[in-house]
Amino acid sequence: MPEKLLKKTACTLSPLGDSAIVITFGNGMEYSVHKKIKLLKDLLENEPFAGFIECVPAYINLTVFYNPLVIYKDQNKSNGSETISPFDVVRSILEMKLQDLQEDKKLIHRTVTIPVCYGKEYGPDLEYVARYNDLTTDEVIHIHSTGEYLAYMIGFAPGFPFLGGLSGNIATPRRSSPRMTIPAGAVGIAGKQTGVYPISTPGGWQLIGQTPTKLFLPNVNPPSLLQAGDIVKFHPITDQEYKEMITKEEIQ
Amino acid sequence: MSLRVIKPGILTSIQDLGRKGFQQHGVIVSGAMDAHSLRIANMLVGNEEGEAALEITLMGPTIKVEKNCLISITGGNLSPTIDNHAVPMWRPILVKNGSMLRFAGCKSGCRAYLTVAGGFAIPEVMASKSTYLRAGIGGYMGRALKADDVLEFNEPSKNLGDRTFKGSFSFPKWFVNEKEFMPGGKALIRFIDGSQYEYFTDYSKDSFVAGAFKVSNQSDRMGYRLSGPTLKLKDNGELLSEAVTNGSVQVPPDGNPIILLADSQTTGGYPKIAQVITADLPSIAQVKPGESIQFSRVNLKEAERLFLQKERQLKELQVSISLALNKWLDI
Repeated sequence: MPEKLLKKTACTLSPLGDSAIVITFGNGMEYSVHKKIKLLKDLLENEPFAGFIECVPAYINLTVFYNPLVIYKDQNKSNGSETISPFDVVRSILEMKLQDLQEDKKLIHRTVTIPVCYGKEYGPDLEYVARYNDLTTDEVIHIHSTGEYLAYMIGFAPGFPFLGGLSGNIATPRRSSPRMTIPAGAVGIAGKQTGVYPISTPGGWQLIGQTPTKLFLPNVNPPSLLQAGDIVKFHPITDQEYKEMITKEEIQ
Repeated sequence: MSLRVIKPGILTSIQDLGRKGFQQHGVIVSGAMDAHSLRIANMLVGNEEGEAALEITLMGPTIKVEKNCLISITGGNLSPTIDNHAVPMWRPILVKNGSMLRFAGCKSGCRAYLTVAGGFAIPEVMASKSTYLRAGIGGYMGRALKADDVLEFNEPSKNLGDRTFKGSFSFPKWFVNEKEFMPGGKALIRFIDGSQYEYFTDYSKDSFVAGAFKVSNQSDRMGYRLSGPTLKLKDNGELLSEAVTNGSVQVPPDGNPIILLADSQTTGGYPKIAQVITADLPSIAQVKPGESIQFSRVNLKEAERLFLQKERQLKELQVSISLALNKWLDI
């Protein structure tokens, strides 16, 4: 099938140890790269191969975790070979899947709106972000809450979204020394990324606000409110609204 | 049917083989640091090999046994005793109701695994009984054990019957040869090239295998911080975050490598010089802070061969243990 071969997606496949393989599609934060990652991820999850454990999307690549033992057994059943390399087997499966990627297919994105109480004790770095960018705090809030962000990946902590698409006008580098504890719900900025801390952890992002929404839900499947590929919007709320929503969350 | 914690030790937590399948949601895998010792401990009491165990670190707990049970202890030697008599490791042990199990001090290794026939009656969170300490979920109430915790266990699959005891405990003559599973002396850790291996200077690549690295006191289940030769990149470029895993060796800007372990975060943005082979991850788990490790470079084929060899060895062990256990229990 020469036509299919011609369409083959440009990427590199490399091992992450003896139980995972990384498929890299580009070198920067780009929608076209995200799209290929998402398409391959959906394809693998809908038609998992024997030994497939899971895959983890990131900005430029998808890491596929597999169980070498299952692949080894599966291959031995069919050809009795002793010298099979589980990595080679997974790589050839992935190469075949890559040929099946329909890159012209449109991605469907879910939109999730997250309420944020900006500034004051909720966003201790809001003033710094405003000063750094030569803006007022209201301007920072306006720019942050009118943007649309793409969740490129979830990582670092359970449910933590790495959101791309932050306006260059409010982009701010990480704090030079990270905070020892950041409260759950804190909304932060790091360079041209924005994100929300789902659980209390140490971290170095500039904090501009806080959400009452829970992003990590251990007893729900999936346990993360946001998934890679979601579009996120932020909606400003008042102090009063924040407190009411927190009370509601606690009752539930 | 329970074990009662009298003293908790430094860090004792419930772990199984980990919470797999949720890394894309940022949920760490957790699980036993030394998976081989956990699996063998389960084989020795007739459990499924991935059943949850107590992972006991450096200074162990004191536990009161509140029902006759079949236990086993593997991994690091933390000097276990029952009613002040030394308890042999790496074999099944029938323990009498009312006995007091203590861990006296660390003789070798760093982590011991305690299993009980039937397994701990712990609810699964995301298909695992492992404790995810930082998020406070899984295991026993999402945390390390405390005094007065009561660990219930299930009815064992092997019929223990009404056994009479001469003393507090009894055990068979046979045992698993721990030398095959516990490295002695300086740990030699094999790795394959990390995703950014080529980004490092030749001098750094050479000194990574030539030098010894000391495990710092700031080491835990999430990762071991190492000090030794300082590792440098050819160019200081920004790297976008991507998946990391148990055994990834990251190098932050200070040049001191960090081996990510069982509680590794799911993604990271530091360049990875190495990836420890799966077969050697249990060896790292038994290295204490203050001790040294040395790295040895292998290729992927060798890593795969060693993985499959270890799995075969464990499979054979399982068959022989199962036969010996049934004979000893007279089933």
